[in-house]
Amino acid sequence: MVVDGVTTASFDELVEIETNEGERRLGKVLEVGSGKAVVQVFEGTTGLAITGTRVKFLGKTMAMPVSQELLGRVFDGLGRPNDGLPDPVADKFLDVNGEPMNPQSREYPTSFIQTGVSVIDGMLTLVRGQKLPIFSGSGMSHNILAAQIARQATVVGTNEDFAVVFAAIGVQYSEAQYFKRSLEESGALKRSVLFVNLADDPAIERIITPRVALTVAEYLAFDLGMHVLALLTDMTNYAEALREISAAREEVPGRKGYPGYLYTDLANNYERAGRIKGKNGSVTQMPILSMPADDITHPIPDLTGYITEGQVVLGRDLFRKGIYPPVNVMMSLSRLMKDGVGEGKTRSDHMEVGNQLYDAYSRAQEVRALAEIVGKAGLTGVDLKYLDAGDSFETHFLKQSPDENRNLDETLSRAWDILATLPEGELTKIKDKHIQQYYKGNK
Amino acid sequence: MVAKGRIVWVSGPAVKADGMSTVKMYETVEVGDSKLIGEVIRLTGDVAFIQVYESTSGLKPGEPVTGTGQPLSVLLGPGILGRIYDGIQRPLDEIAEKSGAFIGRGITTSPVDMKKKYKFTPSVKKDDTILGGSILGAVEETPLLTHRILVPPNYPEATITEIAKEGEYDLEHIIGHANSKNGDKIELKMYHKWPVRKPRPYSERFDPTIPLITGQRIIDTYFPIAKGGTGAIPGGFGTGKTVTLHQIAKWADSKVVVYIGCGERGNEMTEVLVEFPHLIDPRSQRPLMERTVLVANTSNMPVAAREASIYTGVTMAEYYRDMGYDVVLVADSTSRWAEALREMSGRLEEMPAEEGYPSYLASRLAEFYERAGRVRALGSPDRSGSVTLVGAVSPSGADFTEPVTTHTIRFIKTFWALDTRLAYSRHYPSINWMQSYSGYLEDISKWWKENVSPDWYDLRAESYHILQREDTLKEIVRLLGPEALPDEEKLVLEVARMLKIGILQQNSFDKVDTYCSPAKQLKLVRLMVMFYKESQKALKEGKSLADIRALPIITTLLKAKFEVTDEQISKLDEIEKQLSDSFKGNMEEVKVSV
Repeated sequence: MVVDGVTTASFDELVEIETNEGERRLGKVLEVGSGKAVVQVFEGTTGLAITGTRVKFLGKTMAMPVSQELLGRVFDGLGRPNDGLPDPVADKFLDVNGEPMNPQSREYPTSFIQTGVSVIDGMLTLVRGQKLPIFSGSGMSHNILAAQIARQATVVGTNEDFAVVFAAIGVQYSEAQYFKRSLEESGALKRSVLFVNLADDPAIERIITPRVALTVAEYLAFDLGMHVLALLTDMTNYAEALREISAAREEVPGRKGYPGYLYTDLANNYERAGRIKGKNGSVTQMPILSMPADDITHPIPDLTGYITEGQVVLGRDLFRKGIYPPVNVMMSLSRLMKDGVGEGKTRSDHMEVGNQLYDAYSRAQEVRALAEIVGKAGLTGVDLKYLDAGDSFETHFLKQSPDENRNLDETLSRAWDILATLPEGELTKIKDKHIQQYYKGNK
Repeated sequence: MVAKGRIVWVSGPAVKADGMSTVKMYETVEVGDSKLIGEVIRLTGDVAFIQVYESTSGLKPGEPVTGTGQPLSVLLGPGILGRIYDGIQRPLDEIAEKSGAFIGRGITTSPVDMKKKYKFTPSVKKDDTILGGSILGAVEETPLLTHRILVPPNYPEATITEIAKEGEYDLEHIIGHANSKNGDKIELKMYHKWPVRKPRPYSERFDPTIPLITGQRIIDTYFPIAKGGTGAIPGGFGTGKTVTLHQIAKWADSKVVVYIGCGERGNEMTEVLVEFPHLIDPRSQRPLMERTVLVANTSNMPVAAREASIYTGVTMAEYYRDMGYDVVLVADSTSRWAEALREMSGRLEEMPAEEGYPSYLASRLAEFYERAGRVRALGSPDRSGSVTLVGAVSPSGADFTEPVTTHTIRFIKTFWALDTRLAYSRHYPSINWMQSYSGYLEDISKWWKENVSPDWYDLRAESYHILQREDTLKEIVRLLGPEALPDEEKLVLEVARMLKIGILQQNSFDKVDTYCSPAKQLKLVRLMVMFYKESQKALKEGKSLADIRALPIITTLLKAKFEVTDEQISKLDEIEKQLSDSFKGNMEEVKVSV
């Protein structure tokens, strides 16, 4: 929307639009100059007429009222209550765009979060203050996994629970309901804040949803000192809304029609995770996105992977086999794992065991591919052992029930069970002293 | 005359202002009431296009724009090392003091502490002739580095009329006076400013013949980079670009390291800040932070400053080069820098070339990489220094045919291609040995022969040949299975596997394996080649491959990289003996221990 006769508007300013019918909508200034302003209307331009529509520049950027009372509440995609309860009393108003965290003031994330999911704890360890997305595809069990993590996540040895900030971005009603119910059943709802932008809500509103959610997350973490787990689902819808606006503004597109600033824009959201020196709280982010056509090189997962500290990728093959969680470990990674595990944090063999499991499963995949050509009979002794190790990895380690909460010792013990099926000489990633201590196979 | 104009248009980091007819291209300007820092990037009539280095939220038409008369410059003097700066050389710790944990706007700070006193020792005396770039004296910047005080390179020839005695001075103190030939009086201080977009001059460029030792086996042994050389490391996400760059920044045998975090993760910069003060330089036993400068413009910081950060970093690197030091600059990632160019170009509505990137992308990349080199510095005394440039590239979709990668390849000589498949199988560093190359191999082989061992080149070639053969054999295995190959070729596969695990893979997070000295690298490669030759011989003598595979020495060879430290390197000779013993007799009875 372009507004004429503008004299005082500033860039990024919040705008109130009044339609002919007296309905009020919100928007923000994207571009301003020569008496004109380009305004993005959050609730869509349906019903706006050239004549009669009035615009008021509010002289401030978009802000979210925050206070402790937000906990347990449900809001719409722009941060207005939609649970039928009155507006919470605001402690203060915060700019939803946030400000970049100074790298100098960041505290490096090192505390291990136990999620109770073996594959994550053992091989893709999540750390407080990390941003670790789930890359999924349509129809796969990413929501079940995210909800399980939200319910079970805990830092061992402390009694601090995570507050959950959940942003539903353009998702179906049933998905949003699933999360709400799951948080309710586990009693976590009273320490959660939900923002819901459904699939049939205006796409443009989606640009704001993660921003208000993360503003609240930052407030809870750095003003109130809570440990916050922020779940954003589904970032693909967010990026698509961004593309829609960019196309409407006739900008030069980058890849696949997405704007050239998609990376920067995503980073402005994802980078709002972390810890701050001298403050108690933390924001741990778990964005969920569905890869269009399961393609990890699509710009959305691609750029996300460049910003986040690793990724949990769900695999279609495993999903079809009925394995939950269907995590494709080869494609997954947690960059901060090295800093969250080991002596004094988890167990000194943790990292090596994780690496060896990767190695073993990777060899198993190669052998499987080979077996399809030459048949099992064409395999040598060691190769056969890898084949077994690969199978037991999937059934004994990876697979677990959505309500099964395994502690780290159990996870690592299961890992050593799998390594026991391999000869000792194959464990080239593990130091001799750990082999002596934990190896269960025939010496 | 200073230009004073008015904002007429704002769109993100791009601002148009009129009334700017006296402003110069690339002049720094103050934008708006909050005095945001910007730079003029295009002039049309009296309208200036300005890229603003801070968030423009709340900026409106009508606000003033004031020129400073100066191009974007960095301050060069003692006090830079150990600091972390944003893209336009503002220290992040002082920004944190002024605006808290989140970065505020319109903050002006001095890049270095102007009040701090340094002990200056002059090396020139009255009546000496000085040239631009000459050394006046030295101060100890950190215990790791003697900071040589330079005459600004653009100063004319002059005669010293007065020079400060040895003593403690702050940066604003005038330490010397000189008269130029045409009678101008020159005042000399311990710092000067230099525009970032202008390469610092030197008197002569040398061929790069000395390798930069990084302690990373696949780099030093297989794809080396020379001091003063250029290298690029492209790879999809998760392939370990940043870890590899951190390894180079940590262990490279250079005097100064400039690390540019350009549009990358905030936590990564924090990691460097947390880790480097605790890491000890293996050569000087001092914390690595004392030789490191960080330029951090993370992905969520303003995009225009990301564009500037590369130039800020390389200008500081050139300054230390001019003192006669070897400097390594790592830029992570040049793709984000290119995206910043693209974003500004899009806002200026320029005609795009491939994938929306501006058509001048290639020439900008060339300008950057050409600032590398080993040179003889200007002025006296005679000295040489180098700037080695290593840039990460983040190709979208790990596709090496995208514009930033293809253009970068044209201007660099060492190419470390990161491979997503290797990373998936946790083969780190995931540098693909078939795709990577080094243009310095022949130039630097002399150094290895003279300083490490005469057989370096041959051992490298022999072991690399095994990897090449494996690559061709793999195709056959994929079609027919391994049993279709004769034993001799199966052996190639086996030894290639050992090379991959025992040499190419290197664990950056293991205390021992993180740095591998050139001597150890050579010995490890020699062991592998020896094993191959002994096995070949054994096969010819009629022994079975199964027996060779069962040799316990294999596990020892694979673990030597992290079980044998650099200090106990003689243990590798013992292993060498065990290795040759293993093949004696009927190959069963040899006990192996490290």
